[in-house]
Amino acid sequence: MECAGCTLIAFGVPFSMFVFTIAHHPFRIIIAMTSAFFWLISLLLSSLLWFAVVPLRNQLAFAVPFTVLFQEIFRYLFYRLIKKAEFALQKAQMQELTAKGMVFDRFAVAYASGYGFGLISGTFAIVNVLSDMTGPGTIGIFGHSPDFFIATAFLALCIILLNTFWGVIFYTSLDKDGIHRFIGPAIVVFTHMLFSCMTLLNRKSTPTYSISIVIGYVLLVGMVIYTLILRGFNINNIRQRLN
Amino acid sequence: MRRLIDDNQDSSDEMTELLRSQGDDTVIDDRERLDITNLPAVAIIQTSTNAENISSDAAGASSNSPVEVIDSQDRDNTRRHRRDGQPDEERPLNSEHEEIFKYGASHVVKLFVPVSLCMLIVILTIKTTSSYTPGGATWAYTPFTEDKPTNTQRILFSLANTFIFMGFVITATVILILLYKFKCYKIIHGWLILTTLMLLFFFLYSYLNSISASLNRPIDMITICFLTWNIGVVGMFCIHWKGPLHIQQAYLILMSALLALVFYKFLPEWTGWLILGVISIWDLIAVLCPKGPLRILVETAQERGEPIFPALIYSSTMVYMVTAVDPPGEPQFAPDSINTNSIAVNVDEPLSEEQRAQRAEIRNINARRQLIPRSDVPETERRQEPARYVVERSNSPAIGDDDDDEKGVKLGLGDFIFYSILLAKASALGDWNVTIACYVSLLIGLCLTLLLLAIFRKALPALPISIAFGLVLYFSTVHVIGPFSAELSLGQVFI
Repeated sequence: MECAGCTLIAFGVPFSMFVFTIAHHPFRIIIAMTSAFFWLISLLLSSLLWFAVVPLRNQLAFAVPFTVLFQEIFRYLFYRLIKKAEFALQKAQMQELTAKGMVFDRFAVAYASGYGFGLISGTFAIVNVLSDMTGPGTIGIFGHSPDFFIATAFLALCIILLNTFWGVIFYTSLDKDGIHRFIGPAIVVFTHMLFSCMTLLNRKSTPTYSISIVIGYVLLVGMVIYTLILRGFNINNIRQRLN
Repeated sequence: MRRLIDDNQDSSDEMTELLRSQGDDTVIDDRERLDITNLPAVAIIQTSTNAENISSDAAGASSNSPVEVIDSQDRDNTRRHRRDGQPDEERPLNSEHEEIFKYGASHVVKLFVPVSLCMLIVILTIKTTSSYTPGGATWAYTPFTEDKPTNTQRILFSLANTFIFMGFVITATVILILLYKFKCYKIIHGWLILTTLMLLFFFLYSYLNSISASLNRPIDMITICFLTWNIGVVGMFCIHWKGPLHIQQAYLILMSALLALVFYKFLPEWTGWLILGVISIWDLIAVLCPKGPLRILVETAQERGEPIFPALIYSSTMVYMVTAVDPPGEPQFAPDSINTNSIAVNVDEPLSEEQRAQRAEIRNINARRQLIPRSDVPETERRQEPARYVVERSNSPAIGDDDDDEKGVKLGLGDFIFYSILLAKASALGDWNVTIACYVSLLIGLCLTLLLLAIFRKALPALPISIAFGLVLYFSTVHVIGPFSAELSLGQVFI
């Protein structure tokens, strides 16, 4: 029962995002899949690093920042790859592609790649916890926090959504000129680092989940607002639309 | 009995003319002229390039008039050239990228879904039942067990197992090619039908048995036999004769999943890994070497202008339906063909048994011949066909160029099987991260192969890239990523 609930908490929103925005567009599915693969490679590199530095294996504070850095590097590499693909496609006949509804939509690509990053990241974080939830056992019997599962579910949801917005911010600002080109990625790297390092605080026997969860969702709201600004929305604009 | 509408490689306008005046263009074999009086007409649309007579029996193909081989690529170019009114040479790059996109997105996803379904069946079965676990029984293909005291012995025995297994595969492939080369279609079809029969009935039966046993839900024998019989018979119909495309696809997926489960159960652990690696290499050699057996097979099939064994590959588009061949731009013809096709089904009843069988055969053959020369996957003894997929080249007129459904992507069932075996091995560990990593990497490998296919435009082995990615990520996930992410998720550190 708890397994089902936590699954729905963590994957309910991403699943509906998938159904409504990605599932009907084969190109976006492939983009999401490929970015998930890039995330896997970045994870492979960072875990190799973690594995290689034997004395610091227990100190996740060493490995986690590098993991974040690797992820952002691979996000950038994926951006380069996408640019190459876009360049190649621009040579192709755009007319026929447009007729097929296969326009190269930068926003959609950014969204799908962010979604792929987030989905696999969240999945890797929670899937084994979910499978443990079904099994026999009682949580918190040795003085650990009884909120372990539900906190994990909420944090996984948070990281999925955050990655989606990070993807959009990263790619959209790289497409822009001037100062935005640097601010966006910097914000992404900084907030990613902040979030991951905040979750390091959870590594206690009785952690205060409210810190990381609140920070995560505040960051999420901030990212949403920043994304809206980047996409050209402002308060007046939104007010007009609402009216 | 049949009217052949020949597409004489003229422009599409002429094609339309030809199709309209199909009544005048009727071509009738002498030996079947007699039948005309008592049989309703069945229109068979023959879009293949030549005026070859369709032999009423594939096995009797020796009486065939020689087949003129026209490279479908040339035809495509000609058509495109005519349609656009501008030479094709002016935009080779464009058409290439166009192809990439056309074959790309939607077809890749059309393959993702069945592959994922097959994997899902396998994983669910492994997770829920205990009867499909490796170990215990061995079978004739891998006679040695790996329960040896030292690692050296284990490696040696698994190597021996692998060589025996690959020996079977290679022998079966060679036999198949010889049979095909000498046009022993009847033997091949008999072989295929027997294999499918055994797969569907025996494996399904044992599958139902073990499911009911491990779920502790007893089912009586009668119900199981009833289920097996019905499912099996429908499957035989759909796979070897005709049936709705989706049902056929479902059966192909089911069979692959069953076979993957059996493989997973009977292959010892290290033998399984070795076989996965070796069969990818074999696939690579067999398809890409100039004298590779599968390449010979593909080329022979393309020369003859016919698919080899339509039942043994998963195709994402219509195979048997006339509509798949019909150019969508010619609506005035499409209803006609569908009608006549359905007539062809209905009129079977008053016929004698022999005639019926004969006509079924004809229809089957014709339906296949309407498809384009595409290379298929051979069936080896246990259906370890070296897997690959092929893009079906459309022979239909240029109007069809805009229609994506015309060109399906085909994936050998062997791919399904070996992908599923890899994933089964991954999921048996109990670490879902390994399963997910392998799944993503297998599908990315498939994506890459399809991309290469769009670039090279010839039959490519689908196993090597995917299996290589899968193996690399399997072992790295088990030994490196797994502990790291376990540490992370235990400490609730999110990255």
